Amino acid sequence: MGKYWNEEMECMEPEKMRALQDERLVKQVRHVWDNVPYYRAKMEEKGLTPDDIKGVEDLHKLPFLSKADLRDAYPFGLLAKPLSECVRIHSTSGTTGKRVVAFYTQNDIDLWNDCTARAITAAGGTKDDVLQVCYGYGLFTGGAGLDGGSHKVGCLTLPMSSGNTERQIQFMEDLGATIICCTPSYAAYIGETLKKMGKSPDDLKLKSGIFGAEPWTEEMRQEIEKSLGIKAYDIYGLTETSGPGVAFECECQKGMHINEDNFIPEIIDPDTGEPLPDGTKGELVFTSITKEAFPLLRYRTRDICVLTRGKCACGRTLVKMAKPMGRSDDMLIIRGVNVFPSQIETVLLKHSNASPNYQIVVGRENNNDTFEIRVELTEEMLGDTIRSIEEIERKIAGDMHTVLGIKAKIRLVEPNSIPRSEGKAKRVIDTRNLV
Amino acid sequence: MSIKQLSIFAENRPGRLNNITHLLAVNGINIRAMSVADTKDFGILRLIVNDADKAVDALKEGGCAVTVSKVLAIQIPDRPGGLAAAMQVLYDNNVSVEYMYSAFISEKSEEAYLILRADSNEAAEQAFDGRYKLLTQEELLTK
Repeated sequence: MGKYWNEEMECMEPEKMRALQDERLVKQVRHVWDNVPYYRAKMEEKGLTPDDIKGVEDLHKLPFLSKADLRDAYPFGLLAKPLSECVRIHSTSGTTGKRVVAFYTQNDIDLWNDCTARAITAAGGTKDDVLQVCYGYGLFTGGAGLDGGSHKVGCLTLPMSSGNTERQIQFMEDLGATIICCTPSYAAYIGETLKKMGKSPDDLKLKSGIFGAEPWTEEMRQEIEKSLGIKAYDIYGLTETSGPGVAFECECQKGMHINEDNFIPEIIDPDTGEPLPDGTKGELVFTSITKEAFPLLRYRTRDICVLTRGKCACGRTLVKMAKPMGRSDDMLIIRGVNVFPSQIETVLLKHSNASPNYQIVVGRENNNDTFEIRVELTEEMLGDTIRSIEEIERKIAGDMHTVLGIKAKIRLVEPNSIPRSEGKAKRVIDTRNLV
Repeated sequence: MSIKQLSIFAENRPGRLNNITHLLAVNGINIRAMSVADTKDFGILRLIVNDADKAVDALKEGGCAVTVSKVLAIQIPDRPGGLAAAMQVLYDNNVSVEYMYSAFISEKSEEAYLILRADSNEAAEQAFDGRYKLLTQEELLTK
């Protein structure tokens, strides 16, 4: 097995890829028009028919889909195939409201597995590897996605799911796992546990890891690589488009290759919806051009990132996306600096196994922004001395400064003291009157 | 020979101590010793109770952040110089006290109890061995 899973698609000449996308897009728009009344009405509202879409150059004419549409259309409103032809569903965690349920035909699953097989191959996986999936199995796409790709590549697959970390490590050791797949925060935790168990990476055969499903920093990558003695690869995806494998990292570790033969990416201005040129920071939008059951056109991911074209040193020609820099919907500007709650979450995850509830309080004093982050204390943060708690506040404040670029006052508060609406804490209190 | 101490995180706002002590009261927990360490924004309430495990469950159930740590409960003579002599023992053995406070455990007028956490509880235990009596978790239940 070579270094590519699907060399034809991964290394295709850009002109040829564009022609393939044109053809697939035209077909997909017709499929959606014929089978999804919800989207057809949106097109009609704009005075569009499938004949108006002749290729990728017409993509910008199509209406967007957002998470709100998915909730409106729940559960079957965006389904484009009869249920009798669907073989599986997956679902989002539903923390921002009603769940999103995505449907798959067998062909959808096969194409998705092909995408994750590319990611596994890019991380050095072959049929001789032992791949441990420590993503959750179930409604979450993580477990099933990597599991499917692993089977396709022919790795011996260890379907561990998440949790029971000591057992994970035992299996890794006993069965000689060479690749692991999980969330980056869990990978970091496995690394810590390994150390606590008095073991070192030398006791394991791991060579690489594929990590995604949550934001993580370059600093976290280095820590994981060190604590597990591996090379750590990023993977990107969302339930709405399929799951992990929409984009994946190669050995260059400089951005993730988007599987453009299945998903056409666009970068738009989140405020105006206008497409932005490559290399510009904006909101990432995906159009699924091969999915049959749940084919979303122009789905707004709310992830802010940058696309880069050009042949990669790895030989792939697939367009690359940068690690998402945050979300278009919850960005704050504090003292002139863009702050994304996802960055704050990343820092807090370093100090606690589970992401603690927190609240950002922004105000204005003497023409200066005040910035406080209230963090609900978790058991592992609590000690029996004032000093130990102040030390944690100090450490979190230091890490926040490094990641955000501005200083924040960290204040630990009691568990469940941050008011919640619909079970989710209210994240931001901004008392500045800036308009 | 150490005993369990509960440390409870409490923000400095009205009603916090009321809430914690109420939770203990309705669960029939007897407080045997306590101390509060505080800052501008929050405090840590340290408690020795007759039934530590039950108290932890009750407090967690009630939404409190509580952690358990090991401390020593030593019996000292209740007279001038009683505490000084115990401190001298620790000093002679190179043990530092992180914090200490007095307890309500004693039923006899001539003895007092002291709750103590040292930089090394083991070293403190060794230093006291044969000189002072240390209370056990079981003894606490019946006190």
